[in-house]
Amino acid sequence: MHFDAFDRYHESESFIHRLDPRVKVAVTVAFILSNALLPDGAWIAFGFSWLFLLLANLLSNLGVAFTFKRSLIALPFALIAITVLFSIPGKPLTTFHFLMWDLTITDMGLLRFVSILIRSWLSVQMAILLVATARFPDIIHALEHLRVPSILTTIIAFLYRYLFVLADEVFRLLRARESRSAAAPGQKAGRSILWRAGIAGHMAGQLFLRSYERSDRVYNAMLARGYTGHFETINPHELHRLDYLTTALALIAILLLQLVGRL
Amino acid sequence: MHYSPQPLHIPDGFLSLIVSILCWVITVSILGIAISKTNKALGGKQVPLMGVMAAFIFAAQMINFPVAGGTSGHLLGGVLAAITLGPWAGMLVMTAVIIVQALLFQDGGLLVMGANILNMGLVTAAIGYGLYRAVSGRSQTVKLTVAGIAAWLSVMAGALFTSLQLWLSGTSQLQIVIPAMLGVHALIGLGESLITVAALAFIFRSRPDLLGENSESARGSRGWVVAGALISLAVVLLSPLASADPDGLERVAGDLGFLQSGQSAPFQIIPDYSFPILGQTPLSTIFAGIIGIVVVGIIIVLLGQGMRAKS
Repeated sequence: MHFDAFDRYHESESFIHRLDPRVKVAVTVAFILSNALLPDGAWIAFGFSWLFLLLANLLSNLGVAFTFKRSLIALPFALIAITVLFSIPGKPLTTFHFLMWDLTITDMGLLRFVSILIRSWLSVQMAILLVATARFPDIIHALEHLRVPSILTTIIAFLYRYLFVLADEVFRLLRARESRSAAAPGQKAGRSILWRAGIAGHMAGQLFLRSYERSDRVYNAMLARGYTGHFETINPHELHRLDYLTTALALIAILLLQLVGRL
Repeated sequence: MHYSPQPLHIPDGFLSLIVSILCWVITVSILGIAISKTNKALGGKQVPLMGVMAAFIFAAQMINFPVAGGTSGHLLGGVLAAITLGPWAGMLVMTAVIIVQALLFQDGGLLVMGANILNMGLVTAAIGYGLYRAVSGRSQTVKLTVAGIAAWLSVMAGALFTSLQLWLSGTSQLQIVIPAMLGVHALIGLGESLITVAALAFIFRSRPDLLGENSESARGSRGWVVAGALISLAVVLLSPLASADPDGLERVAGDLGFLQSGQSAPFQIIPDYSFPILGQTPLSTIFAGIIGIVVVGIIIVLLGQGMRAKS
């Protein structure tokens, strides 16, 4: 059982951990929204955003650099934004030759490129902190309170629950393929790419059938235990005064950030 | 850590607020219809089924096969979900998968999630189901062939939509992002297509009742055929147009009032820019696109026959 393979929650006792999950979801979204709203090159505001993030890290008791460790996950996508370096008119900074093109980096292009990267980097860290400080079922519950349709939250709850079970099924399939993929020394295992893709497809089909049949048993077992179409939680999820206060303070801080960015 | 980031998931920060909100509006409207349709059509049993199927798509994305040079191909699953579960349920399942990928693994942003759901969940399901529905009642080979083409097209459509959103946000240059994204995803789409066809062929063999005339997948309305065909046509026509004549697309966007994103005259910095592979005129590249689809189709037919012969 790889029950922890997908879990991102970090158990700890802290101010952020105790907050209601709704507050955490709302503030995270507000923070990401604020990053998107800040104009290019608002360095001071970006700096304050970063301080806001560090403070959240600190209050979560996970260490100031906690979110930094996984924050580079979105970096490969930066490749897609690289063209703005050359495409926005401005003062030329440097020119170089690449394959068959002469590329000129402009100051405005650099400004925009760096701004996009900073926005993405800050936003992804706040999202990392959210799942590290709130249990996933609690986040689903928060989404329910925030008016996400219950059919979606229920599907997500099932997805999360059975992900672990089906992941084990995948490991079993992969292990079976591995153990049948022997090759004589000096020879390549397996055949052409098409053949390999076909095998992977058969495995996906096999997994589909196992999942389909399992869902039948799951449903019957749930009915037997009194399932009525709703998930119950033993966490009360009540908003206390501290939750309201934190939300208000966080939103005010984000508003100030926006003011700083626009002055 | 058994999770590797997937292609096409846009992180936060790469789309402008206007584009993000616009995508959310489209996504939420379509999901609203999907939810009311599924609530009406399905019994209590279907929700757990959709949940487990969402977990299936998630888990199936972990099945990979080595391609070359250390890279590997794997499934995205939009077309497979739409064909096996029906279009609306397929959309909801893909939406749940994308939400969990963004929330749990930060693969794809939160503010731009509307765009990601649109590109990878809604468009792919519409294409997949629409084209598949068009050949219901035909032979299994025809169905598998069409499913394969639909899978390839769905990945291309996702790439095209992503490129357009990035361009409208002023994050990428159209001339570069479209050929680059479509080029890479033409290969990724081939993997998607092969796995989808093989998975469906396997299900046809072992549980034909799940894909038969009385299954979920046969019940969708004929309107899907039109929707799927229109999106596919848009992909086939728009991609070469956009890469060969970006100024034309820019003009259209300007007329529609899209381009306020501070990206003025972006195409003067690189003079004599041309993509020799794609040719110079829109017409020749549309033709090339159609040839590409025919070639993919032929490959899939041959592969499908090979698989059937072996079994």
